[in-house]
Amino acid sequence: MSTTTKPVKTTARPARSLAILALVLIALTGLVFVQSATAVRLGLDLRGGTSVTLQPRIAPGENGKVTNEAIDQAVSIIRQRVNSLGVAESEVTAQGSGTNRQIVISVPGDTGRRVVELVGQTAELRFRQVLATATSTGAADPAATPATGVSAEVNAKFAALDCTKAENLQGSGADAPTDTIVSCDRAGLNKYILAPAEVLGRQVSKASAAIDTQGGNAWYVSLTFNGEGTSAFGALTSRVTSLTAPLNQVAIVLDGLVVSAPRITEAIPSGNAQITGSFTQLEAQDLANVLKYGALPLAFDRGEVQQVSPTLGADQLNAGLLAGGLGLGLVLLYSLLYYRGLGLVTVGSLAVAGSLVYLLFLLLGKWIGFTLTLAGIAGAIVAIGVTADSFIIYFERIRDEIREGRSLRTAVETGWSRARRTILVADFVSIIAAVLLYFFAVGGVRGFAFTLGLTTLIDLIVVFVFTKPIVTILSKVNFFASGHPLSGLSAKSTGTLPVAGEA
Amino acid sequence: MSKISGLGGRLYRGETSIEIIGRRRRWYAVSAVFVLLSIAALSLQGLHLGIEFKGGSSFTVTKAGASVEDARTALTSAGIPGESIIQTIGNDKIRVQTGALDTAQNNAVQDALAAKFSVPVESIDTQIVGPSWGKEITRKALYGLFGFLICVMLYLAMAFEPKMAVAAIAAVIHDVFITVGIYALVGFDVTPATVIGFLTILGYSLYDTVVVFDKIRENTRTITASSKSTYSQATNLAVNQTLVRSMNTSLIALLPVGSILFVGAGLLGAGTLKDLSLALFIGLAVGTYSSIFIAPPVLAQLREKEPAMQALAKRVNGRTAPAGTATPVPSVAGDRRGPRNQPKRKHRK
Repeated sequence: MSTTTKPVKTTARPARSLAILALVLIALTGLVFVQSATAVRLGLDLRGGTSVTLQPRIAPGENGKVTNEAIDQAVSIIRQRVNSLGVAESEVTAQGSGTNRQIVISVPGDTGRRVVELVGQTAELRFRQVLATATSTGAADPAATPATGVSAEVNAKFAALDCTKAENLQGSGADAPTDTIVSCDRAGLNKYILAPAEVLGRQVSKASAAIDTQGGNAWYVSLTFNGEGTSAFGALTSRVTSLTAPLNQVAIVLDGLVVSAPRITEAIPSGNAQITGSFTQLEAQDLANVLKYGALPLAFDRGEVQQVSPTLGADQLNAGLLAGGLGLGLVLLYSLLYYRGLGLVTVGSLAVAGSLVYLLFLLLGKWIGFTLTLAGIAGAIVAIGVTADSFIIYFERIRDEIREGRSLRTAVETGWSRARRTILVADFVSIIAAVLLYFFAVGGVRGFAFTLGLTTLIDLIVVFVFTKPIVTILSKVNFFASGHPLSGLSAKSTGTLPVAGEA
Repeated sequence: MSKISGLGGRLYRGETSIEIIGRRRRWYAVSAVFVLLSIAALSLQGLHLGIEFKGGSSFTVTKAGASVEDARTALTSAGIPGESIIQTIGNDKIRVQTGALDTAQNNAVQDALAAKFSVPVESIDTQIVGPSWGKEITRKALYGLFGFLICVMLYLAMAFEPKMAVAAIAAVIHDVFITVGIYALVGFDVTPATVIGFLTILGYSLYDTVVVFDKIRENTRTITASSKSTYSQATNLAVNQTLVRSMNTSLIALLPVGSILFVGAGLLGAGTLKDLSLALFIGLAVGTYSSIFIAPPVLAQLREKEPAMQALAKRVNGRTAPAGTATPVPSVAGDRRGPRNQPKRKHRK
């Protein structure tokens, strides 16, 4: 073990770093008020709300790719739809990387179901001519009259289709526009064979919900096509008017399910159409919004839906704060009992670390939309222990140096040069863990990883610019330097031998 | 307290020495038993996976006096097929967990529960997990785990030495097995929060190991220059010297985690806090054990195979053998090292 110790200059340095730290704290506090970021943004699990995670999927039969562009486009479309709900602080973000990206939608408050339904619709709107129709009785129905001009395969599918089964009413948006398809209506009452699509959702330029005051106050959605859509819809309607039923019906298909299939009695060259289908007001408005903002470029699986009531949110917040308070109290108590006077340094360091974390939570909420979740609180609480561990490593190191027979002043410096390395390596391992967790995970896990990483960084800062300088200053105070029994550095508590002859 | 501190001093100077490296067979045997038990539990019982991994829906109603029977009636009336788990949480909550349902079925369950317990639908806490989501989460958790192990191994190999990285990772894998085994054995629910806790613990267990290894490295830096002690002896001394520190850091880390567990399990009954802190609690205990009893002996064993270290062991033996102590080399305690003025030579108890 090397016993040569470089004389370490300590003059003015500790005071300077403490001054810098104080300035940083004041500056951050100032920023908090300037930016009026005076409340930590709480996650939905702490204040109630709905979050939906969507997993992009390639629709069967399509060769599309889940590209970043498609995800970004989907995010902006979903954002518009969610904003149409008019709930403040709603958020739609893409998380993860590459083909592994998910879209996470969070809406505070109790709009639960509407959010889930609204964001999940791919909104693939198509107009298709009806080739055959039958009421769906439940059992497979071989008596259904085979439609002419349709392949036997499609006819067989049509006969086998059971619209009373829930899985056939999910709606998937998986219908390729160029295929002849079989489909159910949304109520599960009728089934259809439908010709390839002639007008597509993207040819709709405007959509709005309206109420038909004459026809029994029914809500419907009114559509306006763009130029391309107007001519396609005009051609379709003029072609089918002269045909016999059911060939004169045009089905309005949304996400693979028939919304309505009106009989066309005259050609519609004006570029306007209505979708009726016994909608409630909300349904009509949501459908209009969905159509207006366009179809999602991808199909999505609903990965996870979480609805937290404000009551549970408040309970979880209180529990998190209580656990934090309790944990902090125990750590402080233990370090005071064990390290006596040095324990006060722990108290001070944790207070500084705590203020830094709190101020950064406030500011990051403003700057990058950081929200504190329950998992995040847990991460911060776990960090109390990790942070306190750094102090212990340093204190024990100082005591080791004293056991080697060094004076407190020297021990503080040589102990630091050794403890510093250990702390750096150990904290770096924690940071690796936090970074990997952040990139490999979604949702709550990311919140945890973020706070863990942030608090570990703050731990490093505090140890370097607060704990060490404070200990340096204290080592010159007689109470510690003389090894007072309550200082935590007495010969008795370090177990130093009365006559230390080590060179 | 000062008794422990005094012990710290004696351990530091090597007056009191706890034989860790020399008795490695004993620690290996203890761990082997636990690992085998874990493997047995895992293959016989398997893990109790939460709905996040399997897909399914969970509904929690907060209503004093809500009974499991009522919830079951509501579920039946909503026409939900298959097995459902209904349990009470705390004293005013009831939780219903079903298999994977579609949107209409989920709405039906919510409506039925709301009607049965006369609470507003919005007050029912709901979590719906799609069937493919679980695979995604599992895949990510595994990526995270392997990514973490590889990064840390590379980092430790650079910061310390490759053999230390190997020994540290061996200890971590040991922790993984035993923690997972305890989960399988007791049948705790495994949720994403558990996995987070688990990954954190891996980090923490390494943190502990790093502290010990740092001291080992310091003690053995110039070891071949003298013939005072073998690598194993120097390692044993390092472990003893850091013992008090390890106990302190582990205890300090355990206090906040214990508080989360206490509040999470006691007040909330279930959920993120409990799952997370339980995994942390178990992992922390196992991690502390392995950073003292597994990682250093493995390291010593790896290093003792090196020709330089074997030559050193021979030299040290040559010096000590005539002195009359017949203790075989690997189990010689580090008690010959330390200040020259040490008052008396205490032998291991």
